[in-house]
Amino acid sequence: MDIFYNWFRELYEATGINLPIFYNTFDRERFFSGLMMTIYLSAVSLIASVVIGVVGAWLQGSKLVWTRRIVQVYIQFFRNTPPLVQMYFFYFGLSALLPTFENEYGFQQPILGAFAWACISLSFFAGAFNVEIFRSGIEAVPETTREAAESLGYSRLGAYIHVILPLAFRVCLPALNNNLVNLVKTTTLAYAIAVPELLYVSGQIWSDYANVPEMMTVLLLIYVGLVGILVMSMNRWERAMRLPGYGT
Amino acid sequence: MSTANWTDDQPIVSLKDVHKSFGDFEVLKGISFDVKKGEVVCIIGPSGSGKSTLIRCINALTEINSGSIKVEGIEVNDPNLDKLELRKRVGMVFQQYNLFPHRTAIQNVMMAPVQVLKQPKQEVEERAYALMKKVRLDGKEHSYPGELSGGQQQRVAIARSLAMNPQVMLFDEVTAALDPETVKEVLATIKDLAQDGMTCMLVTHEMGFAKEVADHMYFTDQGVIVEDGPPAEFFANPRDERTQKFLGQII
Amino acid sequence: MTRKANSRQRLQASLQSGTDLPVLRPRSEVAAAYAEKDGLAFLRLNLKAWHGLVLLTLLLFSAGVAEAQSGNGREGVFSILIKWTPLLLDGFVFNILISVMSMALGTVVGAFLGLMQISLLPQVRFGSWFVTQFFRNAPWLVLLFYAMFMLPFQFEIAGVTIPFPDWVKAVIGLSLPVMANVSELVRGAVQSIPSGQWEAAESLAFTRRQQIWQIIMPQCVKRMLPPWMNLYAILTMATVLASVVGVNEVMTLADQVKAAEGGRTDLLAPLYGYILLLFFIYSYPIARLTVQLERRYAVKI
Ligand SMILES: Nc1ncnc2c1ncn2[C@@H]1O[C@H](COP(=O)(O)OP(=O)(O)OP(=O)(O)O)[C@@H](O)[C@H]1O
Ligand SMILES: [Mg+2]
Repeated sequence: MDIFYNWFRELYEATGINLPIFYNTFDRERFFSGLMMTIYLSAVSLIASVVIGVVGAWLQGSKLVWTRRIVQVYIQFFRNTPPLVQMYFFYFGLSALLPTFENEYGFQQPILGAFAWACISLSFFAGAFNVEIFRSGIEAVPETTREAAESLGYSRLGAYIHVILPLAFRVCLPALNNNLVNLVKTTTLAYAIAVPELLYVSGQIWSDYANVPEMMTVLLLIYVGLVGILVMSMNRWERAMRLPGYGT
Repeated sequence: MSTANWTDDQPIVSLKDVHKSFGDFEVLKGISFDVKKGEVVCIIGPSGSGKSTLIRCINALTEINSGSIKVEGIEVNDPNLDKLELRKRVGMVFQQYNLFPHRTAIQNVMMAPVQVLKQPKQEVEERAYALMKKVRLDGKEHSYPGELSGGQQQRVAIARSLAMNPQVMLFDEVTAALDPETVKEVLATIKDLAQDGMTCMLVTHEMGFAKEVADHMYFTDQGVIVEDGPPAEFFANPRDERTQKFLGQII
Repeated sequence: MTRKANSRQRLQASLQSGTDLPVLRPRSEVAAAYAEKDGLAFLRLNLKAWHGLVLLTLLLFSAGVAEAQSGNGREGVFSILIKWTPLLLDGFVFNILISVMSMALGTVVGAFLGLMQISLLPQVRFGSWFVTQFFRNAPWLVLLFYAMFMLPFQFEIAGVTIPFPDWVKAVIGLSLPVMANVSELVRGAVQSIPSGQWEAAESLAFTRRQQIWQIIMPQCVKRMLPPWMNLYAILTMATVLASVVGVNEVMTLADQVKAAEGGRTDLLAPLYGYILLLFFIYSYPIARLTVQLERRYAVKI
């Protein structure tokens, strides 16, 4: 490993291509923690957005008009406004209106930090898409399939669990995956509210070393690689889940 | 359950003055008839006369407004109806097969007995293989519905219903979506069933088939039973004018 | 006989309308649906007028809260918003300008890239596929940063100096993901055209170029229009990213407004709410049109 790291030091000395994230322990750890933060942020928002999607889709099937309307407003609000402004609205706007508490140093501190707000705004943003994706998946299952299940003695809930949801899930998987990949890409917005994720720590590093071209390139390659792996595994999963005999 | 007082010699399905409306539109205007155990009954009639609605009411897929439907003594028109008890007794096959496309043929057959009736998997599996053989689909057990022809799918659907060991089978135009070649396979399967003594109620447009397998024919028009009788008599000299007209158009 | 035929027809019709879903669709249609998925078609935006009203209420509410907190002696939030509206609108128009230019640039380059993806030469196909995937997988903000930092601030061609201000770099940076998405759109649309069309054209002795431009492309345009418009909506939302790299668009101006008003933090919620509303109002007609087009083209199979 050391040989690998030292190679970058020599590279710097020989060519001027400066990548301290490899040869400098502090920067390496800083960069790695940024990568971990991006993954952590993605994972938390991903799970939360799927939960929001399921709950929202379920509420949208409600018999109460106002429940459906509120869900609809939520969807339209988050889909048709820039996610960055949403994040600012949450982090700077709302958190300024929320009460603060006194921390151990006697300073006033907002209840939720930047990471929490980033998670909240990203989850709600991606969740809005997930609601519609899940909804359309459920609607894609024909009424007659539900009836067939019922005539076999399934209860309403049983038909839902054993027949409708598995089918709906397969139908909406491509759209869901696409949205989740987008979510991972959108986590870069957390940079704007100083969540120390990959883009943010890279920014710190390139202002410390003035090595913008190198860092930018590494950053771009890492993101493209990361998302590429994600896309590939999702595609593989989709193929495995595809309904046999339907679709190519 | 009222099934306790039900005995074999009573009608297995019994309808009395069944009324059903969709909004202002009355689809069934007082239907009454009985089906005996082991009997094969065919219902024919023009489109929109309420045949599908009638069949669906027997299975409680559609609620009726008034009247009484009894299956082995179970009152279907009862707010406290135990639907599972009813559906264990009544199997239904749909025009569009409605197989579950994410499960193989054999899984389709096994799902309900295992998941709903909680029967042991091994036992169900044996029965399922036997049923696949019975509908002449041995070898196709592990194909997915999307990989089967319409006729094959429909026969899996029949096997799937039979796996619940029903006492009555309902068929709603099960060959209407098939091409003429595959119709034969499905009809042969139903005929086997009828000959094994299964009580069957069929809605069909296949008059030749009806003539061959039915013990009793019913003709519906505008929500009432216009005429009924044994097929020989029914087809040879229909009494009612509407029946004559309908049969004249079909044949 | 006729009656029976009628019944069948009606049945068929009702079946078709009842089952227009991937689960029961024939292979070719599912394939088309999957192709569409690549074209962002799933990001369907559908709005109704009252959604805007709800947003307005939200804005008024947050303004009201801010108002209540602002106390005496300070200017009300509403009058501040009204006072700065001309400036904010200027900024917003700049956002729209950036979006239009990025879209134009991205579409032209992306269309060629997409056509290269269906080239008969494997090297060209692979190269363009790689470029497309690369820019599709990169986050928009990272691409924007890349363009900002890596492009020179001026170009010299034959002794003439062409300046490259920040906003031009932003346009280029934002057009990169647009390009990649358009490329995928074109590829998906072309592949969704049944192979019989190619063969028919071939048998009529059209050259490859003629086949593409005269037979295939005209059929693709309709399919591509709704997802293309969706892409534009997404791009419009992304223009605010330019504020992160210092372009004077609406978000940057909002910060300046805040600074000019003495950095009042209670101004932020209404200010950002106001910007959300601007975007919402702009995307509303576009989204409506997109949905309508989608419906119109969906009927014709
Ligand atoms: N869920 C429903 N809501 C409203 N009207 C319905 C519903 N189901 C059926 N109908 C109406 O009830 C009437 C009878 O329908 P039904 O499907 O029972 O006819 P059918 O005899 O089976 O006709 P076909 O031969 O075309 O299948 C039709 O006029 C139909 O429009
Ligand atoms: Mg019918």
